[in-house]
Order: sequence, then C-alpha cells, then structure tokens
Amino acid sequence: MSAAAQLLLFVVALGTLGVVITLVRRGSLKERFAVLWLALGAGLVVVALVRPLLDAISDKLEIEGTSTVFLAALLVLLGLVLHLSVIVSRLEGQVRDITEAHALIEHELRGDKG
Amino acid sequence: MKTIAVIPAYNEEETVGAVVGQLDELGLAAVVIDDGSSDRTAERAAAAGATVLRHPTNIGVGGALRTGFAYAARTGHERVICVDADLQHEPSSIGELLDAADTTGAELVIGSRFAGGTYQVSGSRRLLMKALGRWISRRVGSELDDVTSGFRVITEPLLSRFAADYPAEFLGDTVEAILQAHASGARIAQTGVIMAPRPAGEATSRFHAAGHLLRLFLVLVVTPRRGRA
Repeated sequence: MSAAAQLLLFVVALGTLGVVITLVRRGSLKERFAVLWLALGAGLVVVALVRPLLDAISDKLEIEGTSTVFLAALLVLLGLVLHLSVIVSRLEGQVRDITEAHALIEHELRGDKG
Repeated sequence: MKTIAVIPAYNEEETVGAVVGQLDELGLAAVVIDDGSSDRTAERAAAAGATVLRHPTNIGVGGALRTGFAYAARTGHERVICVDADLQHEPSSIGELLDAADTTGAELVIGSRFAGGTYQVSGSRRLLMKALGRWISRRVGSELDDVTSGFRVITEPLLSRFAADYPAEFLGDTVEAILQAHASGARIAQTGVIMAPRPAGEATSRFHAAGHLLRLFLVLVVTPRRGRA
C-alpha cells in the first residue's frame, strides 16, 4: 500500500470517528449504534497507523492492488450505512413515542379500570 | 401525597398478580404497563385489580416506565413508586422508600440493595456495580451505591419531566435516568431496601453486557453535566 493510500485511510478513519461523535452529541445517532461505529473507526485508525499489520493481513489473504473503484464504492457504502443508522435511531424514537401514546389512548377508549 | 405504583411487566404472568395484591394490601393503587407481552400478563394484572396499559410491541423497561409516569401525571398523582413485576422488590421496604422521600424531600429516592442490606451478587458483577456506583456518585455529588436498582420513588416535579423524557435502553432506565434527574436539578437520595435474589432467567450474555456497558460509557461521556447543559 502506498503512503498516499495509507494517509487517505487514516483521514477516512478519523473522519468517521469525528462524524459519529458529532452525531451522538447532537442526539441524531443512538449510542447503541455509535458503539459499533466507534469500534470500526478505531479499528481503521489502528490499521492505518500500523503499516506492517495491514501488510501482513494483505499478505495472508493474498490481496494486492485493490482497485480505486472498490475504494470509492466502500466509502460511499460506509456513508450510506451511517446515514441509515441515523434514520433507524430516529425511527426507534418515533416507534417508542407512538407505542406509549397508543397504550394511554387505548386505555382511555376502553374507559374501564382494566 | 397522591401516590401510585408503576409496574413495568414483560411476560410476568406468574408473578404480576401477586405483586399487585401485595401493593393493594399496603393501600397502594397500581398501574401495570404490559410491554408487549405474549402471555397473559395483562389479564392477570387486571384480575388482581390493577389499571393496565398495553404496549402493542415490546419497547423496553424505560418505555414502559415513561408510559406509567405519563399516566400517573395525567391522573393527578404527584408521586410514583416503581416496582418490578417479578416479586424481586420486597413490599415491606416500600414504606421506608416513601418515608425517605418525605424526610429528605428528594425527588428521586433509590432503594439500595447494598445500603445495610444482605443482598449477594457474584464477584465480577458486584465489582462492576460498585465501580459504576462510585462514578455516578461522583457525578451527582451524593452517595449512591446501587445505581442499577429499579426500586425507586419519583416525586413531582421530576415525575412530569420523566413523563416527557425518559431513557429507553437497558441500563438507561436506571443509571442514565439518575444523570438526567441530576442534570435537571433534582435532589437524589437513597435508602436501604430488601430485594429477593434475582430469579432465574434474564441472564444476559457477557457479550451483551459488555455492549450495554460500552453504550452506557458513551452516554456518560456525552451527557451534559449540570450547569453546562
């Protein structure tokens, strides 16, 4: 892997961490999902910093000369899945609100003690 | 003060009726929130004389509690006592919890298994609970040694705030709620209670427990401290 690619990986990893932390602070991303995202980001940082580790993994898997297309696709998918995590976080909150409201309204409609 | 017991219940048909009965003997009305049970929890609770609110799906203890708080606040109650549906919480301790709320004037009173109690938990879990307790105590500035206890009394105005906003996820409904109460300016106190050993089941795997703790750690880090919110 070239030094430029290594730098790019490092920047992407840091960027992922930064975006995830911002989303959690704003309350847009549930901490439950954020844990996984932060683990991924931290893993990427390690891989980007420890060149021999990455080379050893590539060697073992006999992977070399990965194409730029794959890289671009991966980055797009990464962003897309993170975006979906944010949406799922919001939906979970909405399902919860509606479930709770439903319980209260149903009780009122039944109009009895039980 | 007008008080009602809030009982979140998920598939507790074996015990929920007995819990409601015990509360009735103490002269406490109960609202059971059936959190999407697939068994006869709602029927048993209603038969025992409780008001029953049913969630169409399972959304977790925190959601069930918030439904209960909203119901209590709407029906003019100023104070709730949260009781588990599995008979783990000893009804003889309810009086002490309510007394502690009266004497301390705290809006949140937590029933602690460890404060003078004889409750036993296994080594690693105890250690974790202790560390968590110390950390939370430091954050909120009062001594709390059982932050995962769900045996609590909540009084207005905190009750209305919890009815509007209450953490949903595992450990959120206990630990995170303490931080939220503190951040909103509520006084927090604890008193010793008796709890039966946790019945079989609900043995979350170590993997899951680690995930929940990581999540909680993140929550602790990002939750604004009082005054800085």
